[in-house]
Amino acid sequence: MSEPLLEVSNLRVSFPTRQGVTEAVRGVSFTLGREKLGIVGESGSGKSMTGRSILGLVPPPGRVTADRLAFRGEDLRTTSDKRLRAIRGSDIAMVMQDPKFSLNPVMTVGHQIAEAYRVHSRASAREAKRRALEMLAAVRIRDPERVYDRYPHEVSGGMGQRIMIAMMLIPDPALLIADEPTSALDVTVQMQILAILDDLCGQRGMGMIFVSHDLNLVASFCDRVLIMYAGRVVESCRAADLHNARHPYTRGLLDSLPRLDDNRRDLPVLTRDPAWLTDGPAAEAQR
Amino acid sequence: MSAPMIDLQSLQVAFGHGAQRVVAVDGVSLRVADGECYGLVGESGSGKSTVLRAVSGLNPDWTGRLSIGGTDQTAKRSKGFFKTCQMVFQDPYGSLHPRHSVDRILAEPVAIHGLDDADGRIDRALREVGLGPSFRFRYPHQLSGGQRQRVAIARALILEPRVLLLDEPTSALDVSVQAEILNLLRRLRAAHGLTMVLVSHNLAVVANLCDRLAVMNRGRLVEELTVEALRRGEAHQPYTRQLLRASQGYDRATADSFRDFA
Ligand SMILES: Nc1ncnc2c1ncn2[C@@H]1O[C@H](COP(=O)(O)OP(=O)(O)OP(=O)(O)O)[C@@H](O)[C@H]1O
Ligand SMILES: Nc1ncnc2c1ncn2[C@@H]1O[C@H](COP(=O)(O)OP(=O)(O)OP(=O)(O)O)[C@@H](O)[C@H]1O
Ligand SMILES: [Mg+2]
Ligand SMILES: [Mg+2]
Repeated sequence: MSEPLLEVSNLRVSFPTRQGVTEAVRGVSFTLGREKLGIVGESGSGKSMTGRSILGLVPPPGRVTADRLAFRGEDLRTTSDKRLRAIRGSDIAMVMQDPKFSLNPVMTVGHQIAEAYRVHSRASAREAKRRALEMLAAVRIRDPERVYDRYPHEVSGGMGQRIMIAMMLIPDPALLIADEPTSALDVTVQMQILAILDDLCGQRGMGMIFVSHDLNLVASFCDRVLIMYAGRVVESCRAADLHNARHPYTRGLLDSLPRLDDNRRDLPVLTRDPAWLTDGPAAEAQR
Repeated sequence: MSAPMIDLQSLQVAFGHGAQRVVAVDGVSLRVADGECYGLVGESGSGKSTVLRAVSGLNPDWTGRLSIGGTDQTAKRSKGFFKTCQMVFQDPYGSLHPRHSVDRILAEPVAIHGLDDADGRIDRALREVGLGPSFRFRYPHQLSGGQRQRVAIARALILEPRVLLLDEPTSALDVSVQAEILNLLRRLRAAHGLTMVLVSHNLAVVANLCDRLAVMNRGRLVEELTVEALRRGEAHQPYTRQLLRASQGYDRATADSFRDFA
């Protein structure tokens, strides 16, 4: 097998708080190739912090440690801030959970996408604008010329999400970390955006980490899934096998989904078991 | 149908002027019976939130006819109207004042409407949404997403409304918390005979709670159907059928078959 895109071993993220230390991520390990890796799990299970820690984007006072954190063999723990900034936005891109906080509020959205392109391509302003408009059309923005000149507060939530995706994809990254990238979109636009990401993975060999609450979507879109609980991976499986997952936590998440083909009314909710706190696919990983 | 609780005729809402004018809602008519739960689904930007905001009295700029509980409504609503009709917003993180305690958030509507027994009402509303009295003096940042959404629902319930308008009440929540909120809403509806309008991207969520639903596309209501018909896949409009296909999970070939409906 060729060199993996990303290697993560024993990743830990903690936050000192007045009540003591919160351990947001407690020893997560995985290796990513040119594939779509899903991360699912309940709110607060550490999905976003896992994604953010790869790019050094855990907010202060958060502390990140790992036995290994490497992108194409390059150690991300010891790399300089300057080098990390260069990697960010050209080799690895991240679509954050809340697009409103990630866009510059005083720059038009089109200008932001064009700038993201120019930083890495040294294209002319004209060429960058042309590419930015193309990218807006690619993420199914209906009227790219008009939206190009809008400010972030003038676009709807669903549009903001697509603008972020356009901006992250324009430098042609090797790895995309997408945190709930389509949660504000209706299901048809969501499917069209995923098709774009799918093609980038299939045709250009991009690797992808896809964080989502939507288990059905992850099962049908990704290649592999990690299921997180309280900062740990309690189970991992092929995405296509997610519906046959064995861990009671994963089963609980699956059972709580309402279904169109089943008119049962009251939905089961999770009853947490303290044993889950120490569960993990340690045995699996050693095999 | 007996006299509908919500009767909306030819609603039109536009934003901006001149070349910038956007018609967000274009002639939407719908009726919701007393005690019914009605779903509103459709494309992002198709006008679902705008319909709810017009019905709830938050947006005074609309034309058309609206009657709630048999009373005709104009742009300006009476105080009594807000006692009848309450709305829960799309974003549980943005809709609660970050520096107000749960107690203060719930006391405010009681004071505005000059109702007595604020204490008892707050207590009952919190219990109703499954939060104990210990939550009363917490602040929003000390609550999980699901707990915040419960507080937002408690705030809407505290005036004992007859109509509850819900804009994506579970889309920011994880699936187990979503199940809790859906179960809660069903219980409240049964206990109080509430009439509800539920906006959601998720057809299975709508099917779980609603009796009928309407599908919106580009400001228009393109189809109305019962949840049973939805479950059987009996949609007539191509856009609705596309939504149903998209709800079955990701499929590369299906994505290519999608088209825009003008
Ligand atoms: N600044 C902070 N201080 C203390 N704890 C924090 C801070 N930021 C995050 N956490 C905690 O870290 C844990 C993991 O958070 P994370 O954002 O990764 O969850 P998540 O799985 O992405 O959840 P969601 O599905 O709600 O987005 C949570 O318990 C959260 O409360
Ligand atoms: N305050 C505003 N100013 C200008 N345009 C607006 C405003 N509010 C809404 N719009 C526009 O009206 C249209 C309908 O928006 P609305 O928020 O009702 O859509 P929606 O169906 O709720 O979408 P979503 O599923 O993304 O929440 C959109 O084109 C939106 O850009
Ligand atoms: Mg998150
Ligand atoms: Mg909306």
